[in-house]
Amino acid sequence: MDVINSSFGGRRRSRDTRLPPGQTLVDDWPVLSAGPTPNVDESRWSFSIMTEDKVTHRWNWDELHEVGVEDIVTDIHCVTHWSKLDMAWRGVPFDRLFEDVETSYDYVMVHCSGGYTTNLPLEDLLEGQAWIATEAEGEPLSQEHGGPARLLVPHLYFWKSAKWVLGMDMMPSDDPGFWEQNGYHLRGDPWREERYW
Amino acid sequence: MKTPSRIRWHLGRVISRRFETEAAVRLELDVPTWPGNNAGAHLDIRLTAPDGYQASRSYSLASSGESTRVVLVVQEVTTGEVSPFLVRYLAVGEEVQIQGPLGRFFVWKPTDPDRSPVQLIAGGSGVVPLFSMAAAREHEAEGAAFRLLYSVRSPRDTLFADELAGFSRTIVDIAHTRESAPGAGQPPGRLTRETIAASTFPASLSPRIFVCGPTPFVEAVAGWLVELGHDPARIRTERFGGMS
Ligand SMILES: Cc1cc2nc3c(=O)[nH]c(=O)nc-3n(C[C@H](O)[C@H](O)[C@H](O)COP(=O)(O)OP(=O)(O)OC[C@H]3O[C@@H](n4cnc5c(N)ncnc54)[C@H](O)[C@@H]3O)c2cc1C
Repeated sequence: MDVINSSFGGRRRSRDTRLPPGQTLVDDWPVLSAGPTPNVDESRWSFSIMTEDKVTHRWNWDELHEVGVEDIVTDIHCVTHWSKLDMAWRGVPFDRLFEDVETSYDYVMVHCSGGYTTNLPLEDLLEGQAWIATEAEGEPLSQEHGGPARLLVPHLYFWKSAKWVLGMDMMPSDDPGFWEQNGYHLRGDPWREERYW
Repeated sequence: MKTPSRIRWHLGRVISRRFETEAAVRLELDVPTWPGNNAGAHLDIRLTAPDGYQASRSYSLASSGESTRVVLVVQEVTTGEVSPFLVRYLAVGEEVQIQGPLGRFFVWKPTDPDRSPVQLIAGGSGVVPLFSMAAAREHEAEGAAFRLLYSVRSPRDTLFADELAGFSRTIVDIAHTRESAPGAGQPPGRLTRETIAASTFPASLSPRIFVCGPTPFVEAVAGWLVELGHDPARIRTERFGGMS
C-alpha cells in the first residue's frame, strides 16, 4: 500500500507512457560508475567472445566496424531513477557477432576495463536487442560514458550496458556480475522494476 | 551486519527535522522494520501525490548500525522535484516509503579485515555517506587510519560541521570553494591535483579511497588520484548527479 504524501505535487516532468515505473525524464546524461574512468585507446582495443570450448572470436576496432554498424534510436533507463528517451546511437548488433559463435551455453559474463563485470542471458542479447555501441548522439562515445565502446542493451537497466567493454565469456548458468553481487537484480527489467534483490 | 536476503519496501515516519544549513535538512526517520545498515549505504525514497503520481530518488544514510532510526541529510536542488519537497515540506509525523538498505560496494564496515588507511573525499552533499563511515570509525577503539577531505562552498554550507569538529580519530580537512572562514590563511578555491596531494594519504600508503559528490567533481578527483599514482582498483566512487 502506498502512503500518500498530500503536499507533494511533483514538478510533473512529462509522464511519458514510455517511462517505466519509478523513472524520471532527464535532459542531461548523468554519469555513474564504480571507480575512476579508465583510459582505453581505440588502437589497442579489441572485443572478444569466448566459448566453453575456449574458442575465442576477436575483433579489433576496424574489424568491428567491418562487421557492420547500425543506427539505433532508443530509450535508456538507469536504475538510479532517470531515463532518457529517443537517444541516437550507432553500434554493431550482437546478432552479427554471434553468427559464427558455436555454444550450447545460455548466459554470458561481460568483462570490462577496470574489472567491471555483468551477467546477461544470451536471449537478451540477440534478435536485435543489443549492440556494441561506439557513438551516441552523433559523437564518438566519450570516455566517461564508456568510450571507445560499451554494451547497449536498452531494454534492461543501464548497468547492464557495460562501459569500456572488452569481451564476454559464455557461461552455463546465470552467475551474478559486479553490481549483481552487490545487491542489484540478476536481470534488471525496468518495466518490472527489477532493481534489487 | 546480516545481509538482508531481499531488499524491500519499508514505511518511515519522520520523527525530527531540522535545518542543517540554510539549504539542507537533517531528517530522522523511525523505520520499525529497518534491518540496520552499513556506513555508506543509501536508500530510495518514493513519494506519492494524491493523484497517484510518484517520484523516487536515492539518499545516503548518515547513520549506520543496528538502529531502526535512520538519519538523512538532504540538500535542496532548487530546480529539483523531490529535494525541495523533502527540505521544505515533509513534516514531522508524515510517512514516506523507503526501499533499502542499498549499496554494498560503497560501504565501510568496522569489521573490515583491510586495515590500510582510508581516505574519504567529498564534494558538497557527497559528504553524507563519507560522514557515516567516519562516524562509524569514531566508535571503534582501534582500526584503520581515517582522513576526510571535504570540499564545500563556504563555512555556512558545511554539513555535519559540529560533528566533524569533534572527531578525534579522523583527520578532517575542509576546502572552501567560494568563501573561506574569517581569518583563514587561504583564499577559497576548487580542489586541484596539488591540493589533493597535500591533504590526503599518499599513494605510497596504498589507502582505500572513497570519493563522492556531483559528477564533474568525482570525475576530476578520481582522475587526479590515478595521476598521483593511486591504484584505480582502490578507488571507489559514488556520483550524486547534478553538475555543480
Ligand atoms: C546513491 C545516491 C545517494 C545520494 N545521496 C544523497 C544525499 O545523501 N543527500 C542529497 O542531498 N542528495 C543525494 N543524492 C542525490 C539525490 O538522489 C537527488 O538527485 C537530488 O536530491 C536531486 O533530486 P531532485 O528531485 O530535487 O532533482 P531532479 O528533479 O532530479 O533534478 C533537477 C535538476 O538538478 C540536477 N541535479 C540532480 N541531482 C543533483 C545533485 N545532487 N546536485 C545538483 N544538481 C542535481 C539534475 O541534473 C536536474 O537538471 C544521492 C544520489 C545517489 C545516486
